Parts: sequence; structure tokens; C-alpha cells
Amino acid sequence: MKTGNFKFFAVTISVALQLANTVYAQDQVDNITASYKEDGKYFTADDVPTFNVQDDGTIDWPSYSGFRRYHSECHVCHGPEGEGSSYAPALKNSAVSMDYYDFIGVVASGRENISASVTSVMPSLGDNPNVMCYLDDIYVYLKARGMDKIPRGRPRKKEKKHAVIREDEEDCLDSGT
Amino acid sequence: MRHYLILGATALALMASTASANSGLKSLIDDPNQWAIQTGDYKNQRYSELDQINAANVSNLQVAWTFSTGVLRGHEGAPLVIGDMMYLHTPFPNTVFALDLANEGKIVWKYEPKQDPNVIPVMCCDTVNRGVAYAENTVFLHQADTTLVALDAKTGAVKWSVKNGDPSLGETNTATVMPVNDKVLVGISGGEFGVRGSVTAYNIADGSRAWRAYSVGPDEDILVDASTTHLGKPIGKDSGLNTWEGDQWKIGGGTTWGWYAYDTDENLVYYGTGNPSTWNPAQRPGDNRWSMTIMARDADTGVAKWFYQMTPHDEWDYDGINEMILTEQEIDGKMRKLLTHFDRNGLGYTLDRLSGELLVAEKFDPKVNWTSGVDMDKTSDTYGRPAVVPAYSTEQNGEDVNSANICPAALGSKDQQPAAYSPKTELMYVPTNHVCMDYEPFRVSYTAGQPYIGATLSMFPAPESHGGMGNFIAWDNTKGEITWSIAEPFSVWSGALATAGDIVFYGTLEGYLKAVDAKTGELLYKFKTPSGIIGNVMTYTHSGQQYVAILSGIGGWAGIGLAAGLTNPTDGLGAVGGYSALSDYTALGGALTVFKLPN
Repeated sequence: MKTGNFKFFAVTISVALQLANTVYAQDQVDNITASYKEDGKYFTADDVPTFNVQDDGTIDWPSYSGFRRYHSECHVCHGPEGEGSSYAPALKNSAVSMDYYDFIGVVASGRENISASVTSVMPSLGDNPNVMCYLDDIYVYLKARGMDKIPRGRPRKKEKKHAVIREDEEDCLDSGT
Repeated sequence: MRHYLILGATALALMASTASANSGLKSLIDDPNQWAIQTGDYKNQRYSELDQINAANVSNLQVAWTFSTGVLRGHEGAPLVIGDMMYLHTPFPNTVFALDLANEGKIVWKYEPKQDPNVIPVMCCDTVNRGVAYAENTVFLHQADTTLVALDAKTGAVKWSVKNGDPSLGETNTATVMPVNDKVLVGISGGEFGVRGSVTAYNIADGSRAWRAYSVGPDEDILVDASTTHLGKPIGKDSGLNTWEGDQWKIGGGTTWGWYAYDTDENLVYYGTGNPSTWNPAQRPGDNRWSMTIMARDADTGVAKWFYQMTPHDEWDYDGINEMILTEQEIDGKMRKLLTHFDRNGLGYTLDRLSGELLVAEKFDPKVNWTSGVDMDKTSDTYGRPAVVPAYSTEQNGEDVNSANICPAALGSKDQQPAAYSPKTELMYVPTNHVCMDYEPFRVSYTAGQPYIGATLSMFPAPESHGGMGNFIAWDNTKGEITWSIAEPFSVWSGALATAGDIVFYGTLEGYLKAVDAKTGELLYKFKTPSGIIGNVMTYTHSGQQYVAILSGIGGWAGIGLAAGLTNPTDGLGAVGGYSALSDYTALGGALTVFKLPN
């Protein structure tokens, strides 16, 4: 039943995206569908990182890594599983609606929204290796959440961690980004 | 059998007559018509002698007046009432209102500090503030950015201000402060940013620093001497260094953002310290002293008399900062000066507050599973230590391993929301969380001013229970037993109030103010306020009439997970939405609601 749901969603989403591509070919880019895989990571046709969920529910390693890092670095403000809190937006939606490069930019540089009744400040996390070394992972996890492709809670099945991912991670943490 | 009340009152009366700079505050605290300190009294009992509103008539309670704070963030703490004035605070931007109770709540003055908004994102878990303090015609506001400001109580004019910490390093404040003698005691937040916790005493007269006691580090920093004990034995040299590996203590946590108590006879202050940093236990081998510790310090010098570390080498983020409730009760046939503490780790501790001797350590939520109990054998090598159940040990399971179904969750069986004590029933009334978690620690690196956490956790309602996320319990602190328990759909995140009218008040996250019978827990009254309640109930009189007041305004830790609802990941897809989200019941907005009986 669960896999049935996954298949159903996968089919409807890909149909919807194909339609979107056809109709809005000029200004609407498919930011979701995995086009190719490289060293254990998935990318769209435009080389934007994205998630991949197999029929049996197995998710890509970066999405799993993103689940872990999100719930360490982001969740005390943005709520569990990107659902939002009483004072910070639901990032599962931002990851879908925002352009990848804009999303990265806001995390790295931060932004403020201060008025009489609102006091929202996104900190600049650009020099935090615990975030920046895993930012693509967090991004693809949230995008999968926003598309309802990964359910709430801990992902159960994941792909193995690719050797290149492990090497890149060590390089990134060592460099202190 | 019921002589403790008189004893307490006599002690206070004696102290009031000694020459101390703010004996004025002590007599205000003694007068039940005022609410002069956030904790109700120095003993943190949150008990009022007022009985005009009582078990027989509380069902008639009605709203007298309301006041909007104009702020949408989570509203913790409570207003103070001194004479005709009510002093009401807000979360960031930390506005303070002085309201004239003799003039229908007219705003006499308003103080709004200017703070760098960059402090907002370095506050873990919303921008709450637990209220102002009062002494010597001065209102003390400890702002989010750690500025302590002394305001003239009549005009709101700034007398002095001092900066206690550096928000660019993640040092922030959420707590109230405690005026004691001629000083005001101030804590610090930032355990999730590697802040090294401390308590600092500033002189009320001019804001100059009198002393600072760190929670971890060298002996000269943690203010200990040869007479400082842990469970009756000297703590020994360098205890705040040799229980850490390398320099980890410098970013070691042990922050001090809870409620403080004060024994006026002994001149001792009591408070608890928070989690060691990071949340990944593998990165900080050792007992990590003195994080997770109950501390007794001399109010004038800060030197520690005794420590008790409840959770050595924390593996679950069970901060020890919750309130210390001071009582005089008979235990094992002997009258003793007790300290009772409901820890995040799910254990209710009763200690002798003079010696630091451990008398009771029992689970106040039967679902607590990370420990099989505390070793109470004084001859044992592990005396006073909790026995950790290996399956729930995130240290033993190791980095990158998910330890599942640990109870309680990181927010604890109880967080800062303070309990109340009634000397009439000799029961503690405790707001609790009934939430469990999965916890996976992993390696993190430290960057100054950036989050320093190193664990992923998922939280969900306690499995195989009533399905709700909270309980409101009555606890016998001399026996370590639950007397009665009320199941609540959400964590009870509101401070309780017990009164001589044989009733206990508390608020709920859906926004209800509830009054229950102090003996039985029977619900006598409820009223839905404008927003969810994470504030603390208080009471006072004006013109001979008793009032009960509560701040509503959902947010804080409760606003993080509960706004979206919690799910049990082990239930898989089917459970999503199985637990209703708080957002189906309430919405944001700070408001004070004041109740009274009909005329």
C-alpha cells in the first residue's frame, strides 16, 4: 500500500511536470526530476541537485544526510521535517518554490524581515561547516519533503554512501569552509 | 504535623528584620496581595495565601480585563504586581509596560529597548523572555541580547545598564533575574552554541559586577574551595577540568537559563546548569562537570557549598536548569530543609538543601526508560549516579547510530515550566511533557556564534500511553510518588499556581486556563484564552478583590514541533496526521487575561 502510494505520486508528479514543461517551456524549469546520477548524487537536466526515491522507498544518500543535518542545524527554528514553526517558515515549501541558487544564497548570507509585528531573522550560515558542507543534502531532503516524496519521520531505506561523497565531506570539513 | 508553614513564615520575618539592602522585597514577597517575584517567593513554591477564589466558587470565575502585548512570539513568564502597578514584559523586542491598576490598567510608562535583530536567530527555540524582577523601586529587565537594564519603577527611566554576554558568540538571555540582598543574579543561554555557562551577580546600586561563577572550567572560575562537596565528599581539585578531554570545557555549555531559589536563613542560592556542548557525547569524553548540576552557592561571594550532578556525561540534552523548590517537611520522621527538583531527565529529586544529601530520586513519568534508577547506596562507587540502560545510550550505541524510542525526549519530562507546592496538601503540582524521541549523534565542528549541536532527533508522543503529549501531575516529594495525574493532549508548558483556596491553576497549549481541586485533580473551571499558554499563572489583590492572571501567546520550544504536530516515525506513513497539530487549536498573539469572581 505504501509503495502503491509512492508510485501513484511519482506518476502524477512526473505527468504534471511534463505538462508544465510543455506549456511553460520558456519560464518554467523542471527543478525536481532527476535526470542523471553522478557519484551517488542526483541532478536535474540543469545540473541542480535533486532527490531520488526508488519504488521500494529507498532514498538517495544525500537526502538521508540532509534529514540528519536538517534536524541538527535547522529544526529548532524551522520545525520538524521542514514543516515550519510558530516563528519560521516551512522550508519544505521554500526548497520547491525557490530557485536553487537563491536558496543557497539565503542560507549563506541570511536575511531579515523586521516590522512592527514581525521579527524574523535568518542568520548567515556561510561560515558554518556543519551547514555549508551539507547544504546540497539539506536542500534535496527539503525538496523531497515539499514534493511529499519522503514521508515525515526518519527515512528507513537509503542508498550506500558513495566513496566520493565521503572524500568530499572530509575535504570540506577539513577546509573549515 | 503541619508546622512547616509557621516555621517558614517565622524565618522570613526574622530575615526581614536584619539589615539588608532589599528587605523591602522580602516583605513584598511575604504579602500575598502582591506578586513581587516571578517565582512567587524565594522558595519557588508558587503558592499564594489568598483564598477569596477557592474550590467552592472558582467555577464562577470570569474575565475582568485583557491586554494585548502586540507581539506574536512565545510569551513565557508572568507580570509582577507591586501596589497599584503591574509590570508586564514581552518576548523580543522585550517591551516592558507599567500598568496602573487603580486607573483601569492605563499605561503609565512603556520601555522598548533597541536591540540588534541579529540576536534573534542565535536564540535557540524562539525569542521568549521569562519576565522582569523588582527590588528597591527598580524594575530589572534582562534583554535577549544579555543587556541587564535597571529601570525606575515609577517612570521607566534607565538607571543603569550592563552587558552580561556577547550575542555574536551565541550568548543570549531568556531568563528572569533574581534580586538577593544588594545584588541581582543573572544567568545566560546558549548551550546549543557552545557557550560556557555562568551566573553573575551585579550590585543593585550601580550595576557593577560583584562575582561570576562559571559552571565548568578551572577552580578559580567555578568558585569552589576545599569545603565544596558533591554528595557529602570534597569535590577535589580541578573537577571542572579533569572531567573533560582537552579544551572542550571552553565550549562546554552548562548554561544557566532556569529559575533560581534563595534560602534567606542560609544565604544560599540554588540553581541548575544545562547540557554540556555538543549533543554528540562521543566528542566530549568524561563526566563533563559541572554541567547538569544542582548548585548551592553563597549569595554574597558565589562560592559553592555543594554540587550534585544529576546526569554525568549527558547523552540526551537533559538540561538541569529546572526550578529548585524549597520546603520544610518531615521525611523519615525528621523535619528537614528540602530542595525538590523535577529534572528534564524525568527524575524527581528531593535533597537536603543544607548538606546536598540525596534523599529521593524517582521517575515522575512512568514512561522514562533511559535509566533503571539512581544508585542510592552511600557505600557504592556509583552512589548518586543514574544507571544508564544500554539500548537507550547514545554514547554506547555510538556516532552515526540512531538510538530509538528514548523517553523522555530532549525537551525533557519537564522543561522550565515551573511546578507549584501547596503546604496545605504537601504536594507538588507539576506540568509535564509526555514525549519520546529517536536520537542520532554525529561529529560536528565548532564555529564561534554558530549552532553547535551534532545530533538529529525526532520526537513523538510517548508510545503505548494515552496518546497525548502531556500530563499535569500531583507529586509527593517525600515519597517520590505520583498522587494523581491528568492526561493532556499537548505538553503542559505553563507554570502552575497553588493557592490556600485549595485549587491549582495551570494553562494549556490550546489556550485553556484550568483550575483543578488541589486534593483530587478534579477539573473545576476552564476558559479558552486568545492563544496557547506557555506563561505562568499568578495572583494578586487590588482594592480587596483577588485576581488571577495569565499570559497567552503560543511559541517557545512548544512552537517548534507542536505547531506542525509530532508523529511517530516508527508508525510509518499511516501516522502522519494521526496526532492533531496544535495549529488546529490556536494561533499566535500575546495577550494577558485577568480573572476575578463576579461582584
